[in-house]
Amino acid sequence: MEKKKSTIGSIDWLTICIYVALLALGWTSICGACYEYGEPKDFLSLAAFSTRTGMQLVWIGSSLLLAALILLLDDRIYDTFAYLIYALMLLLLIATPFLAHNIKGSMSWIKIGPFSLQPAEFAKFATSLALAKFMSAYGFRLRDSWRNLFACIALFLVPMVLIVLQKETGSALVYLSLFLMLYREGMPGSILFTGIAAVSYIVVGLRYSEVHLIGTWFSLGDALVLALIAVYVLGLLYVYCRHTALLQDADGIHQASLHALRFKRHAYITLFAIASLALHFSASAIVDHMPDHQQKRIQVLLGLRDDPNGVGYNQIQARIAIGSGGLAGKGFLNGTQTKLKYVPEQETDFIFCTVGEEQGFIGSAAVLILFLILLWRLIHLAERQPTVFGRVYGYCVFSIFAFHVIINVGMVLGLMPVIGIPLPFFSYGGSSLWGFTFLLFIFLRIDAGRIRMQR
Amino acid sequence: MLGASVALIIVVYLIRLFTLQLMSDIYKDRADSNAFLRRIQFPARGSISDRNGKLLVFNQPAYDIMVVMKEQEGVDTLSLCQSLGITPEWYVQRMEEIRKMKGYSPLTQQLFMSQLSAQESSDFQEKHTLYHGFSIQKRSIREYTGPWAAHLLGDVGEVSPSEIERDDYYRSGDYIGKQGVERSYEKQLRGIKGSEILLRDVHGRIKGKYQNGRYDVLPIPGKNLTLSIDLELQKLGERLMQGKLGAIVAIEPATGEVLCLVTSPTFDPREMTGRQRGQHFATLARAPHTPLLNRAIQGIYPPGSTFKTSQALTFLQEGIITKDTRYPCNHGFHYGGLKVGCHGHPSPLDLVPSIATSCNGYFCWGLHAMLDNRSKYPTVQDAMSTWRDYMVSMGFGYPLGIDLPGEKRGLIPNAEFYNAKLHDRNGRPHWNGLSVISISIGQGEVSLTPLQICNLAATIANRGWFITPHVVHAIQDGELDPKYSKRRYTDVSPAHYETVVQGMERAVLGGTCRSAYTPNYVTCGKTGTAQNLGHDHSVFMGFAPKDNPRIAVAVYVENGGWGATFGVPFGALIIEQYINGHLSEASEQRAQALINKPISYAPLRSRSLPKD
Repeated sequence: MEKKKSTIGSIDWLTICIYVALLALGWTSICGACYEYGEPKDFLSLAAFSTRTGMQLVWIGSSLLLAALILLLDDRIYDTFAYLIYALMLLLLIATPFLAHNIKGSMSWIKIGPFSLQPAEFAKFATSLALAKFMSAYGFRLRDSWRNLFACIALFLVPMVLIVLQKETGSALVYLSLFLMLYREGMPGSILFTGIAAVSYIVVGLRYSEVHLIGTWFSLGDALVLALIAVYVLGLLYVYCRHTALLQDADGIHQASLHALRFKRHAYITLFAIASLALHFSASAIVDHMPDHQQKRIQVLLGLRDDPNGVGYNQIQARIAIGSGGLAGKGFLNGTQTKLKYVPEQETDFIFCTVGEEQGFIGSAAVLILFLILLWRLIHLAERQPTVFGRVYGYCVFSIFAFHVIINVGMVLGLMPVIGIPLPFFSYGGSSLWGFTFLLFIFLRIDAGRIRMQR
Repeated sequence: MLGASVALIIVVYLIRLFTLQLMSDIYKDRADSNAFLRRIQFPARGSISDRNGKLLVFNQPAYDIMVVMKEQEGVDTLSLCQSLGITPEWYVQRMEEIRKMKGYSPLTQQLFMSQLSAQESSDFQEKHTLYHGFSIQKRSIREYTGPWAAHLLGDVGEVSPSEIERDDYYRSGDYIGKQGVERSYEKQLRGIKGSEILLRDVHGRIKGKYQNGRYDVLPIPGKNLTLSIDLELQKLGERLMQGKLGAIVAIEPATGEVLCLVTSPTFDPREMTGRQRGQHFATLARAPHTPLLNRAIQGIYPPGSTFKTSQALTFLQEGIITKDTRYPCNHGFHYGGLKVGCHGHPSPLDLVPSIATSCNGYFCWGLHAMLDNRSKYPTVQDAMSTWRDYMVSMGFGYPLGIDLPGEKRGLIPNAEFYNAKLHDRNGRPHWNGLSVISISIGQGEVSLTPLQICNLAATIANRGWFITPHVVHAIQDGELDPKYSKRRYTDVSPAHYETVVQGMERAVLGGTCRSAYTPNYVTCGKTGTAQNLGHDHSVFMGFAPKDNPRIAVAVYVENGGWGATFGVPFGALIIEQYINGHLSEASEQRAQALINKPISYAPLRSRSLPKD
């Protein structure tokens, strides 16, 4: 009795409040996106099961039940059955393309009675559990050997590849976010840094490749990338070589080893600079030799081309819908762009448009801030875990949520490439809602169990 | 570190949201143009009636057949063609045209056929449920109560690109007054368009009214016009002029209101509506004798002897002659080798009989006495300028300003005109009164429109002033341009007009206008027999009654011969019709005889029309 009370007392209610608030806001957005012009606007009509808004209400209700159930179960089952859950999930992912119906080219949906489920959405928490289990093994240290790192990467690379095979590239890319968790767990920052640097060269270089500096063969893109490389190199020099410079004057004892260390670091940074240049120029050369339609797609993604009826159409319509919302928005169910279907996939990937159009700057800023509080809270919760298992799982949850929010909102705002992934708790669909609920509430249950360890 | 990075990205997103939603209106505008379809609601055009309230022009429902391509598949085309009275070939061709049109969408309504009459569309209306995807849309076209006053009433047609550019009220496909009153009173007749805001989805389908029509604006109907035209008078005028070329204009002197404005040849305005307009217009433009020309205000004619009244007034006012001044006339004006002929009458004679008998010699001597009077005017140019100013004050030489489009100015020559025309080898002006003597009898360089001749009659009837002639009597809930109630005085004093009135009265009592005499009221008149390249034009100008005149009239019959042949009897009939409200039996017989009396016109090659 006492134990149960303490468990309930130690549940992080702030996160649950944010969860409920996001669910509520999510449902109003679904109403805005699915509402057909001319239908009645009262609650009962919106909640009718025959409509998408009614169906989403069913998903929300069942998610709340699921959340309660997870909180009632013992947290130790996740540690115990992590690999089993992971293995079953992999089997399901392998089986999916054979059972699936082709929906818009995607082979990721399994029909069960009247419902369609997307197993990929559930693989996220299963993979996270397996990673947490693997990395919390006695004596495991990520820094100890490259093999450990590669094993971790392999753990999420397998579901990732399986999902790519289902033609769900967006959902697969989500697993890349787990590098954030690996970084927290000791993966050298240089790997993360190198990855980010490489992406930034390609994006910036291509974005400005057609603006030529007067009188030269040199493009603005080249200049900007060179500037970026210079900034990175100077930053690296500052971070890694400052201490050796300070230590130089201390005493003569370690001069030799200091010299060796300094040489090694300078060599690495030089290598980084050369590799950067090579990557930039080879990338532009490769893009120049790509077939036209692929070049075009990349250019549209980077905002190089204004192409209202082509690939860029979605993002332009998304910006129009959001931009027309103004300060306070057009009001619940009063959005015109979403109602009249100008925004494609408005109830799934582009749901944030409805928030922007109907709730305006106030509403959409509030949603972003709620997500920011959730992410901050997840870091806070992860850091307070007494076990490595809890901490790793917590960072997995954070990484996945952060990736979804940043990529989805960034895409809708035209700041990120178009990658089709849902906005947690907002996008229509039971699978993603259930998947995120599993992910979050397993963590909350693990967090609630920390009391036992601390006692 | 991770938390800070995420926070930074979210802040960047907030800034992006801020710029998208609060810094610019372009997204709002683009959203509106996406979603809102502003559908124009057309106001009913004002009707037009004559001065007695008889309806002349009104609106008639017409029907457009619309088609939604996506929905029309599987329709029995043959039956549809039968219902609409079109051939299957035309159907196929039209469907092709529609598919190629700019902004074509298979999901929205496209115009298939336009402006069908109720009769033409009745079969389709009955069976329209069979023709899925085809629908009927009501519009309105102009309908005329009779074949009268085509030029005066004008017509409406689709607005041209240049008209759209001039006035942003119009959109492509709108209708606008093209001719006549329809054009000059376009702003009053058209009303004000309303609009409704409809919601349109991404496929172009209409989903309903925005905010249940809260922002819709109802159209304001156009104003009805009451013309000053007397329909019965107009009808009589057009009947008299059948088969003849020319014009008849009548004005109410006290108000400047035009009572009839007849031009011949004319056409049936009812043929200028609906779908046939373009084709019919082209036919008329090629027809002989330029039926599209409104001779009453666009015909430029030598005024002939009717002009002598204006000369008498000028000479009297300038003190060149008095009422009692006598000039000789021995079958004309002889001066050196110069001769202007005249018919036989007593000589010498003073002013009143000279008007009554229309003596050429008298007015030639008068003009000579004025232009070659070097003691009063230092040069012939000074004299000519003085003369010209009198003419202009009587409304000649410039458009009078009637409320109809296309009025012509005629020609009143001035000193510069003759300086340029009559000069020696060194280019120095070389002319005097004798060089230009024929203008005194309304020949030579002088030309007037029939409206200006009628206005001269109205000015004499008023003894020295006129009001700018106009064809609209009243605008519903509106006021006429103030210039149509302002008196314009000539430079000649009323006493001199009285003298001229006496001459014109005498012309009816025993002069050239004898056949206009009636015991019922005193008619004043002046004939004209205008020489030209062909047979003389028959001209008459007059008014009645002499005191408190009710009607001034000008008749111009091309190649009609003597003024007395057609001009005088036509003028008398017009006056009788207006004053009595009908023609007596004898007059009716006379009218019929004149209508049956032919004038043979040389088959002319069509003249090119002046551009409007």
